[in-house]
Amino acid sequence: MPKVPLWDLPELPQNQLPLHLQLQKTRVSCNNDAPTNTENVTYSGAYAALGVDNSLRLDEFRNNFKVKVIKLNEEDMEFDLIGIDASIANAFRRILISELPTMAIEKVLVANSSSVVQDEVLAHRLGLIPIKVDPRLFDYMSENDVPNEKNSIVFKLHVKCERKSGERLTVYSHDLEWLPSGSEYVLPTENSSESKPKTYTSFTSSQVSLPEFANNPITVTPGIIISKLAPGQEIELEAHAVKGVGKTHAKWSPVATAWYRMLPEVVLLQDIEDEDAQKLVNKCPVNVFDIEDMGKGVKRATVARPRACTLCRECIREPGWEEKVALRRVKDHFIFTIESTGALPPEVLFTEAVKILEDKCESVITELS
Amino acid sequence: MSKMEHGSYKDQSASTFSLAEDHTLANALRFTLNQDPRVSVCGYSIPHPSEARVNIRVQTTGDPAKEVLKDSCQDLMMICQHVRSTFDQAVADFKNNNGSESE
Ligand code: SF4
Repeated sequence: MPKVPLWDLPELPQNQLPLHLQLQKTRVSCNNDAPTNTENVTYSGAYAALGVDNSLRLDEFRNNFKVKVIKLNEEDMEFDLIGIDASIANAFRRILISELPTMAIEKVLVANSSSVVQDEVLAHRLGLIPIKVDPRLFDYMSENDVPNEKNSIVFKLHVKCERKSGERLTVYSHDLEWLPSGSEYVLPTENSSESKPKTYTSFTSSQVSLPEFANNPITVTPGIIISKLAPGQEIELEAHAVKGVGKTHAKWSPVATAWYRMLPEVVLLQDIEDEDAQKLVNKCPVNVFDIEDMGKGVKRATVARPRACTLCRECIREPGWEEKVALRRVKDHFIFTIESTGALPPEVLFTEAVKILEDKCESVITELS
Repeated sequence: MSKMEHGSYKDQSASTFSLAEDHTLANALRFTLNQDPRVSVCGYSIPHPSEARVNIRVQTTGDPAKEVLKDSCQDLMMICQHVRSTFDQAVADFKNNNGSESE
């Protein structure tokens, strides 16, 4: 190597990290043996010696942060969160799963159940049925509250398999019938002289009279099998739904799943041509690579669909390939997927989750003041 | 006893805050705290998994730890607000575009 005088060296970039540190800070490297640089450098003074400020600047965050919606329908949603730290993206995910309220069946009053499904199993199955109602319209029921039209939803299930039909009867979730006026079962009392018998709920008015439900009866997700009845068997019960969160029991979780993955980045470190290019294309099970015709019979591999990469590492498994292909993940780019159970559309779930994190911050601030 | 501060009256630059929260808030706060140039050390621990409690340790270069923690909460809140408005905008754009495509 020829000697170069110090003053002839190219200047180090000012106020930005040298490339190799930038790579370590922003990418996870997925090597053959193990991923490296998995940690996030969050300390504000981490690069102070290089004259680089690593602290949070809100205006910079505002300029760089992006959201891209990829897919959206009533049930699923996929979107990209770009330019945010994993700790915050993870907070959103955790809140979505365990802290957003929904309504779910909590109490089951079984009047008659001669099916083979035991009562407690039946009650558990009923609890897991998603109820299609906006939980924001209801209050939580605390220990001393009585069930009323603002905190409970009552369903009735009465199915019987007739003996003469001879066939088995399948009981579905849509056999549940909404009782807008509350329970129909009368509480056992000593003095039966009261004019109006008390039931298991104390609705002061029918839920149908509330504007939200007037033309919009409360239903559950249809088509879920609850039980099967043989001829002569019968189920008669009432199911009372209340508001709760997924932390208490997964039946209250508003998402079937909420998850994210970091954006994969596949980089070809050298030109991969002809036979090797074809080999590479054949290696990848999800078709990340394509072949480009460079003219004069030269074929070169290109990375066409990096997003599809599952990081199976097949393309770098054989000796020698790790030097040709680099597999990385972008640390601040999250491909977020939300699958709603049906109570609220996924985009509303996400905004509600963000609001909950805001509320948490606010309550800490007020309590410390 | 939902929130507590353990520290010294004489030196307010180091304190442990005990909150009735979990990783959700604590980890996000650790990020915003670490990003604050006034913080020299911070971290959190959950003493027992079945108790909803997290201890957040904040040591600063001189400012009262309580104020720095409050500012970090404020930062996190601003981040959330920006995430929410950006997200709402992106969803609205997506709905508009897809509506016009199908027409
Ligand atoms: S890691 Fe697997 S999925 Fe990704 S590019 Fe290589 S072979 Fe394809």
